[in-house]
Amino acid sequence: MDVLGMTLRAEGLKKSFGARVVVDIESLEVAAGRTLAILGPSGAGKSTLLSILGLLEKPDAGTIYLDGRPVHFRDKSARMHMAAAFQSPYLFRGTIADNVAYGLKLRRVPSRKRREDISNALARVGLEGWEDRGVHTLSGGEAQRVALARAMVLRPSVLFLDEPLASLDPLAKGALASDFSRIIREDSMTTVYVTHDQNEAVSIADQLIVMRDGRSVAQGETYEVMGLPPDEWTAEFLGAGEPLEGEVVESGDDLLGIDIGGQKIWAVGTFSKGERVLVGVRPEDVLLFEGEADIPRSTARNRLDARIVDVRMWGVMHHIVLRTDGGLIASRVSHFSVRDMGLAPGAFVQAVFKATAVRVRLAPGNGSSRSSERGSFSDVTTMGAGD
Amino acid sequence: MQVFTESIGQATRLLFEGSGGIWPVILTTLEVAFFSTLAGFVLGVPMGFLMGATRFRGRNIFIAVTNTFMAVPPVVIGLLVMMVLSRQGPLGSFGLLYTVDAMVIAQTLISTPIIAGLTAAAVGTVPRKLRLQARSLGASRFQEALLVIREARLGVLAAVAGGLGAVIRGVGAVLIVGGNIEGETRVLTTAIVQESRRGDFAKALALCVILLVIALALNAFITWYQHYSERSENA
Repeated sequence: MDVLGMTLRAEGLKKSFGARVVVDIESLEVAAGRTLAILGPSGAGKSTLLSILGLLEKPDAGTIYLDGRPVHFRDKSARMHMAAAFQSPYLFRGTIADNVAYGLKLRRVPSRKRREDISNALARVGLEGWEDRGVHTLSGGEAQRVALARAMVLRPSVLFLDEPLASLDPLAKGALASDFSRIIREDSMTTVYVTHDQNEAVSIADQLIVMRDGRSVAQGETYEVMGLPPDEWTAEFLGAGEPLEGEVVESGDDLLGIDIGGQKIWAVGTFSKGERVLVGVRPEDVLLFEGEADIPRSTARNRLDARIVDVRMWGVMHHIVLRTDGGLIASRVSHFSVRDMGLAPGAFVQAVFKATAVRVRLAPGNGSSRSSERGSFSDVTTMGAGD
Repeated sequence: MQVFTESIGQATRLLFEGSGGIWPVILTTLEVAFFSTLAGFVLGVPMGFLMGATRFRGRNIFIAVTNTFMAVPPVVIGLLVMMVLSRQGPLGSFGLLYTVDAMVIAQTLISTPIIAGLTAAAVGTVPRKLRLQARSLGASRFQEALLVIREARLGVLAAVAGGLGAVIRGVGAVLIVGGNIEGETRVLTTAIVQESRRGDFAKALALCVILLVIALALNAFITWYQHYSERSENA
């Protein structure tokens, strides 16, 4: 399918309600066809940022560029390239066809073509032949599918989705998340996706911006931000361990040996010997073995002795915080494993993870931060080669 | 009890025999009601939208004035309109006093605040995000407003019914600015007043029956439309 997406860029966006700053974003960019997730707790300003980017609300300051062209609030020609779906589907009175037809009518699409487009859009969201049903007969998941069809039928260059799955039950959420992801990728739309659920963000987004109190606290490629958050708050919010600081002591063939508090961690990358770096690893990438257990042969280079300092629930998993000689890391394991292995504070374990799972970036005060291959939208650098 | 049955019979005779010049009275009633409700709709719905769905400086004062006008007695409106349209008044040169046009003007001033106030309440219940949704699909401000009014259409219809009801039942204003001139500005309510004063209670009651039948027919239509809208949406 043709690439529909346009590059969306914003600079110096500011918005306040009274004395309260709700958005203060220096810059962000989503390349054509990519998906940006805006992640953050309630009240972080995510939805306001989305409304501003979608030209639905006027910022107090700042400029938005669509494929390099500055566009403004209520710029009708620019808005014709955009469409949005919100947490509540906000279906209009009437039938499903009436709803999906709304944007097409505004664009004066002839009725015959309109009927075809509606039929195709409904088929893509799994509601084939539902044109004449009244909107009040729909379940939450079905209504959200109609909302997506209503936006998607316009073939927007930029699609804005504001927590579209937040009000759904887990079953509907799972099914819809996978359909949303497929449709977005098939159409190569540039997508901005607001969520407070990091699982949704990881499954759908190429890029991530984490917001707190209206400001961006982390921006970058999704797996980079998730693997190596820039500060303690972000790490806590993302359920990741805090970054560990160490020194590159070995470097060659894209493989780094990093000394962290006397413990060597292997990572993949091209930093030079002697450089100070920050290191992070996602809890999902860390396997735990009992302290004395024989670890099966594997490609995982990193095997650290650790002591459990905290065990807490994390959805259907347990989040285990471990103290190593180099600092704290975390692992996530099932309830069954916690019980079976007797994982409790004070227990000794071995933490095992691959070098490719380790994210590395230069520590502050160690020269300018290196950018990733994908360019400006990155505060975090990852080393992408295999073990 | 006999007077009631007699009046129903008389009402039937008045209608079918056309005696007592009843049809011009009914037609004038409908004419004044139609045009003043139409004008009230054209003016009141946008006013109601502004009050209920937008924020602007002075909005609260605007709402307070509208609400006050909803409660102003029709005779006061009639008096004000008469002063404006009388020969010494600012619009005296148009010679509108004691014409159907004057009655329509007075009744419009009665229906507009009612339609505006009730429309404001109806559109106020439409979520703001629904407008953002329409905007995100490419709607202009005007198209957004149309959508909001469409979404609140049952409430807007009730507002129009309220305006129409006030116009049909109103007597004070039309009596003052219309003058109750037979064959010209006499409407059902002013005719009822006249017949009551003359002591012809049977005829007055017969006119009341006709007025009630008209009100019933209009309300039946509105109720049917509301029912039809709800049913088609739940299909």
